[in-house]
Amino acid sequence: MKIDVSHIAKLANLPLSKTEKTKFEKQLGETFEYVEGLNEVETKNVEPKSQVTGLENITRDDTAKPSLSQDDALSNTKSKHNGFFKVKAIFEE
Amino acid sequence: MKLNSLNIKEANEGLKKKSFSSVELTKACLDQIRKLEGKLNAFVTVTENEALEQAQEADKLISAGQDLPLLGIPIAIKDNFSTLGIKTTASSIVLDDYIPPYNATVVAKLKAAGMVLLGKTNMDAWAHGSSTETSDYGSTKNPWNIKYLPGGSSGGSAASVAADEVIAAIGSETAGSIRQPASWCGVVGLKPTYGRVSRYGVIAMGSSLDSPGPITKTVEDSALILEVLAGVDENDATTSPLPVGNYSQKLSKNIKELKIGISEEYFIDGIDKEVKEMVEGALKKFEKFGAKIENLKLFDPKYAIDVYTIIQRSEVSSNLARYDGIRYGNGRDYFKDEAKRRIMFGTYALSSGYYDQYYNKAQKVRTVIIDDFKKAFEKVDVIIAPTSPSLALPVGATKDSAMFGEIADVLVEPSSIAGLAGINIPIGFSKSGLPIGMQIIGPQFSEELVLSVAYEYEKLTQVEKWRGLKPNL
Amino acid sequence: MKYKAVIGLEVHVELKTNSKMFCSCSADYFGQKPNTHTCPVCLGLPGALPVPNKKAIEWCVQIGLALNCNIPLFSKFDRKNYFYPDLPKGYQISQYDKPFCVNGYLTLTSGKKVGVTRVHMEEDTGKLIHEKVSGENVSLIDFNRSGVPLVEIVTEPDFETAEEVKEYLQKLQQIVRYLGVSNADMEKGNMRLEPNISLRLSNQQSAISNQLPPYKVEVKNINSFAFVSKAIDYEIKRQTEILEKGKTPIQETRGFVEKNSSTVSQRVKEEASDYRYFPEPDIPPLRWTKEQIKNLKSQIPELPDKKTQRFEKNHLLPRTDSIILTREKITADYFEEAVKLGKNHDLTPKQIANFIINRKIDITTTLPAELVKEVLNSSKKEEISDAELKKIIKEILEKNPKVAEDYKAGKTSVIQFVIGQVMYIIRKKIDTEVLRKLIMEELK
Repeated sequence: MKIDVSHIAKLANLPLSKTEKTKFEKQLGETFEYVEGLNEVETKNVEPKSQVTGLENITRDDTAKPSLSQDDALSNTKSKHNGFFKVKAIFEE
Repeated sequence: MKLNSLNIKEANEGLKKKSFSSVELTKACLDQIRKLEGKLNAFVTVTENEALEQAQEADKLISAGQDLPLLGIPIAIKDNFSTLGIKTTASSIVLDDYIPPYNATVVAKLKAAGMVLLGKTNMDAWAHGSSTETSDYGSTKNPWNIKYLPGGSSGGSAASVAADEVIAAIGSETAGSIRQPASWCGVVGLKPTYGRVSRYGVIAMGSSLDSPGPITKTVEDSALILEVLAGVDENDATTSPLPVGNYSQKLSKNIKELKIGISEEYFIDGIDKEVKEMVEGALKKFEKFGAKIENLKLFDPKYAIDVYTIIQRSEVSSNLARYDGIRYGNGRDYFKDEAKRRIMFGTYALSSGYYDQYYNKAQKVRTVIIDDFKKAFEKVDVIIAPTSPSLALPVGATKDSAMFGEIADVLVEPSSIAGLAGINIPIGFSKSGLPIGMQIIGPQFSEELVLSVAYEYEKLTQVEKWRGLKPNL
Repeated sequence: MKYKAVIGLEVHVELKTNSKMFCSCSADYFGQKPNTHTCPVCLGLPGALPVPNKKAIEWCVQIGLALNCNIPLFSKFDRKNYFYPDLPKGYQISQYDKPFCVNGYLTLTSGKKVGVTRVHMEEDTGKLIHEKVSGENVSLIDFNRSGVPLVEIVTEPDFETAEEVKEYLQKLQQIVRYLGVSNADMEKGNMRLEPNISLRLSNQQSAISNQLPPYKVEVKNINSFAFVSKAIDYEIKRQTEILEKGKTPIQETRGFVEKNSSTVSQRVKEEASDYRYFPEPDIPPLRWTKEQIKNLKSQIPELPDKKTQRFEKNHLLPRTDSIILTREKITADYFEEAVKLGKNHDLTPKQIANFIINRKIDITTTLPAELVKEVLNSSKKEEISDAELKKIIKEILEKNPKVAEDYKAGKTSVIQFVIGQVMYIIRKKIDTEVLRKLIMEELK
């Protein structure tokens, strides 16, 4: 199984070195081959289940409650400016 | 007897009778931590000052006649639970300096119940693994033999309980991360039904699987903590509104009415001979006490590895997307191999053109597994099986194994995928002196049943010699 | 025209709920200090979990119902995975294959029905500001908007002109305002527009002409109805030129540039955009009963189109008046209240309508009862008899003999002079048409 590791890494926003790419290409291939075993299980008329609780319609009322303070919101960032989080320029055009 | 080796029940009694204070109890634990951490590395953070302050506060409340279930009891919490003002890393340097501005619901509940927080325990980074070897802060060692691993991902919690560094600890399980380290460290580890205990504030791994739970010295302690933790949480939409039982009050069970299911699929090829024999021995004891053992043919757990790997890694790929280093922590280049592998696998499994083949297929087989257990529980009350196919493995065993965690947890994955309740209880030791555990699995929300079966076994085998053993550290 | 435009539209409408979509932070973020309306959930802190806002979901369904959509009884949220600094979780909670509303339509004045493919619920992102800080180009992020409820309304590619798109947007804006679920204020970004445009030959025959063109161009960053028209017009021109050269325009996302009303290519992101949707594991699915849907439907007020028709029919108003009075619900309600009160004084709805429209009454300061009084007073003032008027006209003509001479010489504009004189004398507002006729009679 051949996986385009560069493309996947780009989708996953993971910076990978060339060595890593080679290593992960092999390991990912092996893992995907491993899980191929699942094809032995017949699932023709089976509905997928993404949650096990059986819960439905869990919502909350539209009531506003106090938020974190600006200081708390920004307390863990390494880069801020005037109450904003700051990142390198992102050009939209 | 040293105070730190007490269990919750004993410590509660002693505190109430004023035989000792919470400060003394806390200091005994801190002493043990100081003495052993160099060898065990069970903690990422020890909150000594805060713990002593909380213990003093607890002593005041005890004197004032306050009665709270965990008042003054020193407890350690896995480092993937958000703790207000206390560093929370999930054992990854991505979060090396992250200090949450809020408490996980579990932490808030434990605090409300009077707990003294001793610190945050080591784990596999992001809970990815079954060994603690993927921790960015070095692996934890097994207290019974420090050349061996404690299991994982809640390895620090299990080791700290086994080594009497704490009175009890909190772990979290996605598939095996409570039961398996409890098994390797010889302690009691309860994985509650998915949705029984709130995930709010627990660093997400597999969102449809994650279940926080207690790791304790006894079954009764496990029940006591579950009473505190369980219940609906308005901040976690997947918590169940079902009422919480008085688990610690309802531990007695007439074993003669019990139907235990076993399945040869769970005594897989390659299972450690001693593990197999000891679990079979435990089942014989159950029979002797009057329980009925029924042979089942359960859906082969080997497929659960595939289902679990796909679902969990898909969810991981999405759950770890928020770690971009902008609002907190370090950037994505700080992820280590195991996280990178899981993120990339999940990204690929969900990507356009592969969704049906992997993610959707896995969710369909999940339905097969759920239905299989449903049918089984029409015939039996609980299912008993080995927790881990092996004894604790030597340090270094998992290095560069691309799928170690998922394969090692084969026997706990099916029940996790189905969101069931399960508990590991110690049943003895190997000739080499490593603990062996057995798991009792029940239907969803059968915590009362599972705990009481575990409790009865513990009680009926209390006289066995191995129970007096303590790690020689 | 050799080519026919094929235009579809995606509109995002921000709801004006009290709290955000998945947490209890206040959703009223506009003009607030940055990062003061955030919590672990909307800041995407480790371990935080979303819990959906019931009101927002109900409002989304009501928008769908107002757009004649079917409401499937089963629905769920999904994660849309992509990376952008304004998206704190690395995924947006949205809806993929089970949106709240499907298969609706909106009818334009021409009678044409524009198909509404789906209406779904999602959450807004944070806001990026591009600035220079100590000489360095940076982007600043404010997460106050992060997690504010957004409803996305997607149409079929049913529009052929910018005018149709504009009318649809005006109607849509009017509807969400009628529902009271959004201020739909373009300037505040409550409503965001993304048209997608492509061209096909207009003389193509049946089977082929139903086929969509093999490409489509999406235009983003548009914040006014006028700009949508300009963007569409520009794209039609640009794509025509490309097609004329025998080429096919590339499928891409373009940004609207205000200063010269053009569009420019943004990243060709198709290759990298793979949103890896999967069911949101943190939120249990939703299931409606038919009763609940019926109930939500019954809470929807009479919508503008129905109201306009009713005003024409029941209040015997001309279409233009009806349209003006129903533009905003508050005006329509005000009008009807005044009509009710006016009935006791034998005022016709038309009299009241004229008064509201011509005098540009500030309905927020004038109570309907006061309005009725004013209408009554003014109509009294108009009671000045023709005989009286004639007397005044005669007096004016006698004083100004040149008027009659000029009039006979063909200078009809002198009538205006007389009207002015009469008005000056009576100091009352009267029907000038009646007055004009009377003057002409006198001049004969």
